[in-house]
Amino acid sequence: MTVTTPTMPAQRTNRIALALRLLLGLVTVALALAPVWAGRADLRLLMEVLSFLALAQMWNLLAGYSGLISIGQQAFVGLGGYLFFALAMFAGVPLLAALPLAALLTALVALPTGWIAFRLQGAYFAIGTWVIAEVFRLSAAQIGALGGGSGISLPVDLARSLAESRGAREVVMYYIAFALGLVSVLLVWMLLRSRWGLALTAIRDSEPAAEAVGVATRKVKFLIYVLTAGVTGLVGGFIFLQKLRITPEAAFSINDWTAFVIFIVVIGGIGTIEGPIIGVIVFFALREVAADWGTWYLIGMGAIAIAVMLIDKRGIWGAVKARYGLSILPVGRVLDAAPPAKPD
Amino acid sequence: MVWVNAIVQGVLLGGLYALFAAGLSLMFGVMRFVNLAHGDFIVTAAYLMLALVTGFGIHPAFAVLFVLMALASAGYLNQRILLNRVLGADLLPPVLVTFGLSIIIQNALLEVFSADSRRLNAGWLDTASFRLSEDISIGALPLLMFVAAVGVIAAMQFIFYRTALGRMLRATSDDPEIVPLMGGNNAHIFAIATLIASVVVGIAGIFLAMKTNFDPAAGPARLLFAFEAVIIGGLGSLWGTLLGGVILGVAQTIGAQIDAGYQILAGHLVFLAILVARPRGLLPKM
Amino acid sequence: MTTLLETRALEAFYGDFQALFGVDVTVGEGETVALIGANGAGKSTFLRAITGLLPAKGQKVSFDGQEIAGLPADRIHKAGLAMVPEGRRLFPSLTVEENLLIGASGGRKGPWSLAKVYDLFPDLVAKKNNPGTALSGGQQQMVAIGRALMSNPRLLLCDEISLGLAPKVIKDIYEAVPRIREGGTSILVVEQDVGQAMAVASRVYCFMEGRVTLSGPPGELTRAEIAAAYFGTKTDEEAA
Repeated sequence: MTVTTPTMPAQRTNRIALALRLLLGLVTVALALAPVWAGRADLRLLMEVLSFLALAQMWNLLAGYSGLISIGQQAFVGLGGYLFFALAMFAGVPLLAALPLAALLTALVALPTGWIAFRLQGAYFAIGTWVIAEVFRLSAAQIGALGGGSGISLPVDLARSLAESRGAREVVMYYIAFALGLVSVLLVWMLLRSRWGLALTAIRDSEPAAEAVGVATRKVKFLIYVLTAGVTGLVGGFIFLQKLRITPEAAFSINDWTAFVIFIVVIGGIGTIEGPIIGVIVFFALREVAADWGTWYLIGMGAIAIAVMLIDKRGIWGAVKARYGLSILPVGRVLDAAPPAKPD
Repeated sequence: MVWVNAIVQGVLLGGLYALFAAGLSLMFGVMRFVNLAHGDFIVTAAYLMLALVTGFGIHPAFAVLFVLMALASAGYLNQRILLNRVLGADLLPPVLVTFGLSIIIQNALLEVFSADSRRLNAGWLDTASFRLSEDISIGALPLLMFVAAVGVIAAMQFIFYRTALGRMLRATSDDPEIVPLMGGNNAHIFAIATLIASVVVGIAGIFLAMKTNFDPAAGPARLLFAFEAVIIGGLGSLWGTLLGGVILGVAQTIGAQIDAGYQILAGHLVFLAILVARPRGLLPKM
Repeated sequence: MTTLLETRALEAFYGDFQALFGVDVTVGEGETVALIGANGAGKSTFLRAITGLLPAKGQKVSFDGQEIAGLPADRIHKAGLAMVPEGRRLFPSLTVEENLLIGASGGRKGPWSLAKVYDLFPDLVAKKNNPGTALSGGQQQMVAIGRALMSNPRLLLCDEISLGLAPKVIKDIYEAVPRIREGGTSILVVEQDVGQAMAVASRVYCFMEGRVTLSGPPGELTRAEIAAAYFGTKTDEEAA
């Protein structure tokens, strides 16, 4: 059993939180101005970082707050990507409208898949979501119009409709990525500050207790499942707009869109808004250093995820928060200022 | 006639899927634990068998014995050292630890055996067959697989319902908190359950090595087949798991008969359809 | 009389919450001792602490000449301490006979066997192949007691065995106590029913708020003393 009394004087905690908030603000401003200072390669990296931040925020909302451990989120990344390509190429929808439309359709598809997956509990729910993602992958490979197993490319003139020059296109795309990252954080933050937040925090801390005080846990969880599917689909659409090519293997990759995302959330701190931000920094720092190690890099990531679970399953930010009572993005709940100790 | 043949072959293939699933079913039954690296353990057993027979030239009979002993001890130790520490009400640690294990195993296999697809030559077992009619013949290997599946499930059923060990396993499944008051050590009982499951995983891996091509990334698909067989059959029912394996096998061979690309997809779709129609499976027990 | 079980200044915690404050209890060889007290007085916690269900590292609990505090529950069980848990807790997927047999898993030798248990509770014979949970409450309690006896314990702990049962059934169950003692087993019962406890025990301990507030042979305790120790009517300040 861990005791979570803040060990620092409240004043000092407040000062550190303020400094971190300031830092976060500065980073946000710097990111907003990235096209001014960053080179092309850096901009690309930042787009990837921001996309993963959005995916991680969504997985965290799903697993960390709603207790729905999905290992099939690649279903919605891939679906968003394919729907975006289909809308843009066959329905003639302008690219910038095709993205939100693809997200909306992804959320709609999540209604029946959620209805099916919610018949399974716990770890079996996790595997069920994976089966659904596999169904999507295998089906995509059967659709000839979308290139079947070998995939399809976005025609150059369509890409040009975004902006004439390559540089300008990348700036537009960067701002989409920036918006995705920012909106994902704000969405979770605002959701937790709303009346939904109380329900979600209650579900995170104890589902039976939440039910006992009248939270319709199943309904809340289902809506969160559909919401995260939609946003995940949006990110998926963007990822493949940036790649300009989509294949079933890349679109529905469990490693890229779920395993890495879980790693980010878990190492950063599941069930906190700050966790995915820290996790995404750790993940990309590790990748820059160790990606050349190939299989050993992936083995190391698996080992780190296991180690986090054995040492402190709250992850980096979860441990910091419990020890010092820090919160960069306070959700305005008393519960959050002094989180209840959870028996291990 | 091709359809009858597809069904016959599907039933036999279902034996392999039941072997994949039996260990998963047992571990869930005793400790409500789902090992996401289950398929990767099956593939590891297949590689171990392959390495012993083709790499070291060990007689297959000894190799089988060695694989099963290695899996049994690895299973027991894995449960005692690692998995027991993450059992509990919180779902996240067991899911993440076994997901992490899955990634580690796949990449370790890749490092040792390369990404090439491999298969174990089963000699006469590969070619021998019994002719039932003009169009239908049963291969010796698929038949052996099916017989092994029935044998394994009958043996598990016997252990579970007719022995003191099985009594203890069922008691632990019911109420682990008070089992120590009966002199049972939960950590040891859980590890014994995993040991039994791991022996079945070893058997499944040996058959996988002979039946199809496999590569280091083949584990997750095996996990999904195993999971589907368990859910179709109904949680907690071992004979249900055999039935689930057979239904999945038949769905796949019929799918493949329609179009080679539909084999796996057809299995998944039948699984989802059964999940919608009978969420508790066909022979539910719990 | 030799001491079988002795706790000295036993403390127990649920996380940060302290539930027992320096409890001294002894049970002698061949004795029947009762713990009485209101709900939440710490009686069940006391049983959980000595059986190893609650961690008791660093505490002093000696049993049959052996220090057992902090040992895992299964080792304590093998030393000869068996418990009939509150609410019976039969294994629902096991038959009556399997429930009894599982009690013998520790392998301790002694007078108790399936035949002896069926002799003690003849009602169970006809039900031996039924699931344990398909029985009446009283019969379930008999299975739970029989299951504990199958381990041939030196000391049998009974947690609230009369709870929720009809008076006639309670009487039947308590009639087994002398026969259990004949086999050389000492008994420690936890009871909310003071009358029942006084009738069966040679000594009683009264618990209140995690402390022993009164102890002694039933004959030497007055009604007023017991009421005070039970409800804290007079000794409120001392207890706090």
